[in-house]
This record gives sequence, structure tokens and C-alpha cells, in this order.
Amino acid sequence: MIRIIRNFVKRIFSGIFKGKKEISLGFYGPPNAGKTSLANRICKDWTGEEIGQVSKIPHETRSVQFKEKVEIEYKGKKLTFKIVDTPGIATKIDYEDFMKFKLKKKDAQKRAKEATQGVVDAIKWLDDMDAVIVVLDSTKNPYSQVNITIIGNLVARKIPVLIVGNKIDLRKSDLKRVEAAFPEYEVVGISAKYGKNMEEFYESLFRLAKKA
Amino acid sequence: MVKKKNKKVKGLTIQFIPFAEIENLESGERIRKILDIILGNKIIILQGKLLPEEETRLIEDTMAMVGHVKNFKGIELAVLNPSLDDKGFFEKMKHNLARVLGAQEAITIIGPASIVREMKRNPKKVEILMNK
Repeated sequence: MIRIIRNFVKRIFSGIFKGKKEISLGFYGPPNAGKTSLANRICKDWTGEEIGQVSKIPHETRSVQFKEKVEIEYKGKKLTFKIVDTPGIATKIDYEDFMKFKLKKKDAQKRAKEATQGVVDAIKWLDDMDAVIVVLDSTKNPYSQVNITIIGNLVARKIPVLIVGNKIDLRKSDLKRVEAAFPEYEVVGISAKYGKNMEEFYESLFRLAKKA
Repeated sequence: MVKKKNKKVKGLTIQFIPFAEIENLESGERIRKILDIILGNKIIILQGKLLPEEETRLIEDTMAMVGHVKNFKGIELAVLNPSLDDKGFFEKMKHNLARVLGAQEAITIIGPASIVREMKRNPKKVEILMNK
């Protein structure tokens, strides 16, 4: 309840000083969906620098990382964003899963410890977002409870959402399934790795920013 | 004499929580109740569902326990909601009214990750994959 009130007050004040505001744009989703890959692509496109490292091992991003004053221009319009890349949200973390990627036990345990804190931090940052991009792996089952929990929380906090179905370059990708799982939301399919369909993504991003 | 091998069959407990049991609890108490049962290595079938902020609180508290409670790796959860897509206008109205009045048609399944490997969910069913 306190969160909702705080968010409401924040929105009232941000409404008064609207205009030159930087839009806090969060990247949320389960681990290994491609949040950092997409944030990197955007940051690289518009600032020349990446935001963080990517890896095949889940929970590579274990702390919230952000880049301020990212100015994006689309069809003659300019918007300034604070790009906030968050750790993947999970309901379970087992260090033994990391050992399958040839990590030593000690390193795997350290990674698991950092990853659990990362999940808590990602949830805490939800209140500071003006808009959120939920990045899903379009090759995976979209009905996972983590996805539903993230979107349910954004709706409860009245934060505008855009769903991105990533990895459309892969054969197993099924964007229609993502669209069917979330019929009330705009879904855009991209490949963050190869920069596929980024034009459509930016168009959707500007539509999302209007709602923020 | 050949000694018979004592094959112990490990049981699995599924605990049902009617909504009335958590209805008047504060969010923190609800989460604590759920996690207490989960730590007892039981699977919970909860009538109804948690609020979105309670779900995130459950995840936060779960993460705080991973690494601090021996053999606890987290939880698996799935919520099944009745689909209203094929219902008519009056059915939907009736359903929404029932929801306002507190009826809980959803079902929430929560299990410890040490027992439940995965819950594969689609809109109408949930498949529970167990750990060996």
C-alpha cells in the first residue's frame, strides 16, 4: 500500500514538472531472456557505449545497472531515457545449476548469493520506473508465473508495459504464443543479438513513452 | 538368510489451504504461513491467489532464505485462473461480482524447488515435474 501511495505522489509531481523529464525505462524479465542484450543494443546505438556484460550462464546481471541521458531520436522526435537494466527475476536459484556451466563450486555459490540479492534489488527498483519493457525469450513458454507476476505488479502500480519477444532469429521462436499469452499488451518481436526488427521496436517504445 | 533390503517409500504431502484460512491475515503473515509450510517440504494448493505485491514479497522473502536455510533452493509456483473468454456478458458480470464479494476462483500451487523441478503451465492446466 505504501508503495502504491509513494508511486502515486511521484506521478503527481512528475506530471507537474513534465517536459524536460528523463523517462526511467526499466528492462525486466526472467533470467537469460536478453534484457542486457537489448539494453546494450539501445545504448550502443545512441551513446556508443554498452551497459553491461552478457553471458550464456543465467544471472550474468546480478546488480541493477543503468545509463542516464540516453537520447533516442525516432522520426524527428527526441526522447531522453534513463535505461535501467535489472537482474532476471526468478523464484529459485540453485548454485549447482551454475556448475553445469563448468563454474567451480565456490564461484557458483558466490554467483548464487549475488543472484538472490539481484532479484530482491530488481523488485525494489520497480517503484522507480516510469515505463517498463518486459523482455521474454520467445522460444520459451510465456505462461511462466514469473512473467505473470512481473506484469501483474506493473499493472497494479499503473506502470505502462511493452512486451518484447526476443530471440526471433531462433528456429524455436514462437511470437504468436507470446501474443496469445498477453492479448491485452503490445508485443514486439526482435532479435537483440542481431538487431532484427529494431525499427518496429523503437516505434513501440515511443508509443510506450507517451503513456509514461 | 538373505537380508531384505529396507525400501523406504518417500511420501509427498500436499496441503490444501482454503481461502478463509488466509483471508484475514496481513500480507506478511500470509507469506510467513506459506513459507513455513514450504520449509516443511510440502506442496501447497491454495484456494484463490495472492495479490501481485504479495507475489513479489513472496519472491523477495524466498530469495532472502536461499543460501541461509539448508537445502532450500527456492520455490516453484503457478496460478490457474478460470478463463472467461468463452463466457457471455452476464456470466462475466456474475464472475466479476463474485470476485468483488470475495469468492476466490483461482488456484495457486506452490512447492519447494528441492521437490518440484518445474511447473509447466498453460492457460488450462499445470504440469508438475518432480525432482528425482
